[in-house]
Amino acid sequence: MKKILVVAVLLFGYCAGVSAQVFERTLANGLKVIVKEDRRAPVVVQQIWYKAGSMDERTGVTGIAHVLEHLMFKGTAKVPMGEFSKRIAAAGGRENAFTSYDYTAYFQQLHKSKLPLAMQLEADRMRNLKLSAVEFGKEIKVVMEERRWRTDDEAHSLLQEKMMAAIFQEHPYQHPVIGWMNDLEALGVGDAQAWYDRWYAPNNATLVIAGDVQASEVFALAQKYYGGIAKRAMPVRRDFTEPKQVGIKRLVVKAPAELPHVVMSFRAPTIKNPAQDWKPYALEILAGVLDGNESARLNKHLVREQQVASGTGVGYDSVSRGPALFMLEATPSEGKTVIDVEIALRKEIAQLVKEGVSEEELQRVKAQVTAGEVYKRDSVFYQAMQIGQMESIGLGHQAIPVMLERLQAVTAEQVRQVAEEFLQDDYLTVATLDPQPLSDKPKRAPQGGAHAH
Amino acid sequence: MRTKIFLIAALCGMAASASATPTIQHWQSSGGAKVLFVEDHDIPMLDVAVSVPAGSSFDRAEKSGVAGLTHHLLDLGAEGLSEDDIARGMADIGAQLGGSFDQDRASVSLRTLSKVAERDKALDTMARVLQQPLFPEAVLTREKARIIAALKEAETKPESIADKAFQRAVYGGHPYALAVSGDIASIETITVQDLRDFHTRYYRVNAAVVAIMGDVTRAEAEAIAEKLTAKLANGAAPAALPEMTMKIAASEQRIAHPASQSHILLGAPGMSRSDADYFPLYVGNYILGGGGFVSRLMSEVREKRGLAYSVYSYFMPLKQPGAFQIGLQTKKAQADEALQLVRATLATFVTQGPSEKELLAAKQNIVGGFPLRIDSNRKILDYLSIIGFYDLPLTYLDDFSRKVEQVTVMQIRDAFSRHLDPMAMATVIVGAPEGVAK
Repeated sequence: MKKILVVAVLLFGYCAGVSAQVFERTLANGLKVIVKEDRRAPVVVQQIWYKAGSMDERTGVTGIAHVLEHLMFKGTAKVPMGEFSKRIAAAGGRENAFTSYDYTAYFQQLHKSKLPLAMQLEADRMRNLKLSAVEFGKEIKVVMEERRWRTDDEAHSLLQEKMMAAIFQEHPYQHPVIGWMNDLEALGVGDAQAWYDRWYAPNNATLVIAGDVQASEVFALAQKYYGGIAKRAMPVRRDFTEPKQVGIKRLVVKAPAELPHVVMSFRAPTIKNPAQDWKPYALEILAGVLDGNESARLNKHLVREQQVASGTGVGYDSVSRGPALFMLEATPSEGKTVIDVEIALRKEIAQLVKEGVSEEELQRVKAQVTAGEVYKRDSVFYQAMQIGQMESIGLGHQAIPVMLERLQAVTAEQVRQVAEEFLQDDYLTVATLDPQPLSDKPKRAPQGGAHAH
Repeated sequence: MRTKIFLIAALCGMAASASATPTIQHWQSSGGAKVLFVEDHDIPMLDVAVSVPAGSSFDRAEKSGVAGLTHHLLDLGAEGLSEDDIARGMADIGAQLGGSFDQDRASVSLRTLSKVAERDKALDTMARVLQQPLFPEAVLTREKARIIAALKEAETKPESIADKAFQRAVYGGHPYALAVSGDIASIETITVQDLRDFHTRYYRVNAAVVAIMGDVTRAEAEAIAEKLTAKLANGAAPAALPEMTMKIAASEQRIAHPASQSHILLGAPGMSRSDADYFPLYVGNYILGGGGFVSRLMSEVREKRGLAYSVYSYFMPLKQPGAFQIGLQTKKAQADEALQLVRATLATFVTQGPSEKELLAAKQNIVGGFPLRIDSNRKILDYLSIIGFYDLPLTYLDDFSRKVEQVTVMQIRDAFSRHLDPMAMATVIVGAPEGVAK
């Protein structure tokens, strides 16, 4: 459930250069339409992004944003249950949806000639969703299975979930996107209806269309299909300011596993003003220096040289609606402990703060960013994703090229400075996975036998 | 992984209109490597992949893991370059070295900017990695320890436990049953000499397939293919793999695990890449469990009853018949109900086949979605590798839609009933419900 890795967002960042043609228009009902023309293949992607994620939920109804995402496939007055997916499939399309802390998005990829169909269907369910207690009752069971599969039975996901709950005291990032099981059990169709009525409106959405299309034609289609949906008053959003952390936190999670694992998470800033900020960019570069390639510091030092860890990773996302974390993680190698790897990670931080990073390391990360700009053009879907994300978190797609420039402007000294400022114990939470043996740990499964705890 | 490509492939679709497929140029390198090239100057970048028949099925049981480690260590030290030189060198120019590995095939891939300076440096490194790997002793020792740790971890994960038991039950004594990454005990015995020998024997120029996609000319592509393969050994083909035993006895393994869900797999040997029934089975499987939200399994298990988040079926088409597999996860208390339902759904499908309406919908999706299969350089590169490696016709992409269109209900029913016996499936349930089996 970890959010997109650090550099990932920027690596594939977007550049206002050559072929990147982005057009934007806002319909009278407040729906923002953004078109990215790309004629390499006769395909198109439609994505609709609602600015409503799990962070907009309240205590007791966690998971409702994601549950509603599932229910959006359950039919409307005009398009009966199951028909949405059938019609997209019959048009040769692929489709799906995803929910995060910050937003909920739906997408279809199809031949360019099928865009009107996709728009018609997507616009219909923006307004006319039909919810029933019966379908809700079935789908909530599916979501519970999803939760068991993704989190309850996955040691690292469980560690992540418990860690977020320990880090954030007030901010809704303390709740998992999929929701607490207890809440899922208590949710009803009325909660889903309320969520839909509150957030699913054109003035709370961004429509992104990318592919072999003409912007002017897309705008006309958008007006035709979405233009008639009335704007609605949006509730006032609470602005959560997580209280300052005032000391290190530690937690241990026990789960069936073989190897222990440690995650060190530091509270960190996000980009608020793309043209003025510098610290989030320096943190992005820092993440690249630590973990951007196989010879980056953590892998080189901890895995290859000291052999204290069998694997390492770094996570940081400078673009999100809520607060960010700068995370270092590692799995101890055989015979080593989580204490050994924590000490090794701390040594890396100390060395960074003391000696900074070399010009060579800095240029290496920037070279990857530059190349990523070119590679990103091979995926229309990803380009649309990036636009939708930036719009949904409130920075706007125009920030993308600005961010790229700012990233290239980061200095080695700035990287050292952010390490010093943010990688401190007072902002740190250390989460440790304490692996538990399987209850009867059979090396080979007993065949046809009964199992007793 | 091919599994994934296959599943995703089954999810995608395209309009009945034939769309332009890339023009594939094809030739042999001086050493006999097969080269497939698509020239495309839209984006200033280049993708290259070299594949050799050196997957895990070429391992001997007592040295299971040699093939995987050979592949894994290729870029951890090569002529004149340490592992750090390789990683730093590629990162400095923004190039990405990757690879894939399965039962049949080991491959190394590269994505680089096509500017001469970057391209030459990246290809020079790739050439050494492929042809002159060093397999340093210290690196092998370290990587063995890491892989063993990962295998121990996998032994605690229900999905890994299920997969391992399933492969054994389906493939029996065939080399496809060997664990792709090896076993803990056999990995411990592997030496540098094992890797050197394996590389010399199986990374053969005359068995290599070079796929090149992107911003270079034909002349440049020819030089690239030479550079990447000319120094590989030119050896005799290894003995052919034994034939897969297609009929297996029904089996059911119930394996205890503390997870809250049961992980259920069932299947049997399915089809090979060259199977004459490839298209009927492929299209039929879309209807049964490959078509995402609109498949029969999804409808019965998830949509109607809320028993699982994910349920799917696929054929893994390898050189020899790979597995047909159905998989799902559900909470323990309802595992038997779900399993029964899946078995009934499969049995009905095998006996009766799809309806005309289902077949039409499947064709609409697969044919209509064809442009999505070839809408990026990355996807085209993967097709080039598969076409070359499995000796598929160069017109494979041009023929694809027509072959799908030609499939009939009768062919699907006939192909399924000849390939799959619902009464003779291997079943594995990890995290089996407590109490009595069955």
